Amino acid sequence: MFDLDLFLQAIFSAPLFKGALLTIGLSLCVMAVSLALGMGLGSMAGSPRRSARWLATLYVWLFRGAPALLVLLFVWNGLPQISEIFRAGWFTPFFAAFLALSLIQIAYLAEILRSAFAAVGHGQREGAAALGMHRWQIFLIITMPQALRIAVPALMNEFISLLKATSLATVISLKELMTVSQFAIATSFRFLEWYGAALVYYLVIVSVLTLAQNRIEHVLSRGYR
Amino acid sequence: MNTQTAIQVSGVSKWYGTFQVLKSIDLAVNKGERIVICGPSGSGKSTLIRCMNRLEEHQQGSIVVNGVELTSHLKRIDRVRSDVGMVFQHFNLFPHLTVLENCTVAQRWVRKLPKKQAVEVAMKYLERVHIPEKADKYPGQLSGGQQQRVAIARALCMNPSIMLFDEPTSALDPEMVKEVLDTMISLAADGMTMVCVTHEMNFAREVASEVVFMDGGQIIERNKPGILFSAPTHERTKRFLGKLLH
Repeated sequence: MFDLDLFLQAIFSAPLFKGALLTIGLSLCVMAVSLALGMGLGSMAGSPRRSARWLATLYVWLFRGAPALLVLLFVWNGLPQISEIFRAGWFTPFFAAFLALSLIQIAYLAEILRSAFAAVGHGQREGAAALGMHRWQIFLIITMPQALRIAVPALMNEFISLLKATSLATVISLKELMTVSQFAIATSFRFLEWYGAALVYYLVIVSVLTLAQNRIEHVLSRGYR
Repeated sequence: MNTQTAIQVSGVSKWYGTFQVLKSIDLAVNKGERIVICGPSGSGKSTLIRCMNRLEEHQQGSIVVNGVELTSHLKRIDRVRSDVGMVFQHFNLFPHLTVLENCTVAQRWVRKLPKKQAVEVAMKYLERVHIPEKADKYPGQLSGGQQQRVAIARALCMNPSIMLFDEPTSALDPEMVKEVLDTMISLAADGMTMVCVTHEMNFAREVASEVVFMDGGQIIERNKPGILFSAPTHERTKRFLGKLLH
């Protein structure tokens, strides 16, 4: 039956802990890059230029439509077939997973950010422009903080989904939480204990994120209470 | 154009698609003058004032502000804008910043003033509009009249040479109109160059050097407030004033 000692051992084992760090690290990298590029794509989607809007729509259509597993395998196995570059040493499972998940995440975040920026009234930009503020100053100081406040709950949802989607990278043998658990099970055949331990890690990480979300929302909602 | 001219609008036309909102407008505002623009909604008065700091672009004619012509070639329109204060109908205060931060943000980022100095300037103008005690509040915690006074203080903090008011009292409850108008009257008394789009005829009578009546994208007539209100020459002006003054 369930071996509590082994379960605790699994939780505190070095490989699982390292796997969790990798999961968190990968998620953070993907999220950071996707936020920045998602904003760019989101503003393209709202651009007055038709070609820009069209390009943004095409991107979102492609990467929201493609399953994450397929994109992962395409990047890891397909890209090396396309070019020599992707056969070099730097093209690690971590980088491939980062690239594949970012491509998808950008598409989702672009939609969220576009609507959040649109929800910040036009008057805010005009008010700042009338004071002589420059375009990027208006973006950074006036519109972005207000758009983020609107977007935080949806962004956090996406971040949690992403965190769990990193487990798909087990198919390209990235040593994240799930892969490490599978390895341990392959030698011990103790499914309950290792899956249980991995579950605990995911739940703890998501709990911390939820607390962080509350904190961020609290800070960004100053002035709205 | 002489050095006494703050804003020179010459032959300005503007279209939204095929609809012409401004039809060859000529208007000069001298330094220290207070121009009140009135007219029915859709007459183009707000569009005209918004062209004066290029929140809207005109397609024909020229607009010169403090000696700088506003064109699409003007790389640093923000420099012109920082010298022209604007007060909006819906205040456009930044809800995520405190009243004090609303008043210091442009000083610090546009004028590059150190924080301490920006705060001093902000507090001076918040006192001037009689709400220094609200400095640490957020705009959402203030009444409409208080918010509009903060918006005036925020614009004044940039030490502008011209102030534009785009229907500053139209979104206010009646009992709050006076506190905003009083602030504007005291500003006029200090010799500020002002262009106001407003329907507050008592305000116009008290402070305006000239009242401009617009309809259908054109300036129909203009005169000293005493004359325009008591003896308008055009039928459209008479009808409009008749409705406004009952």
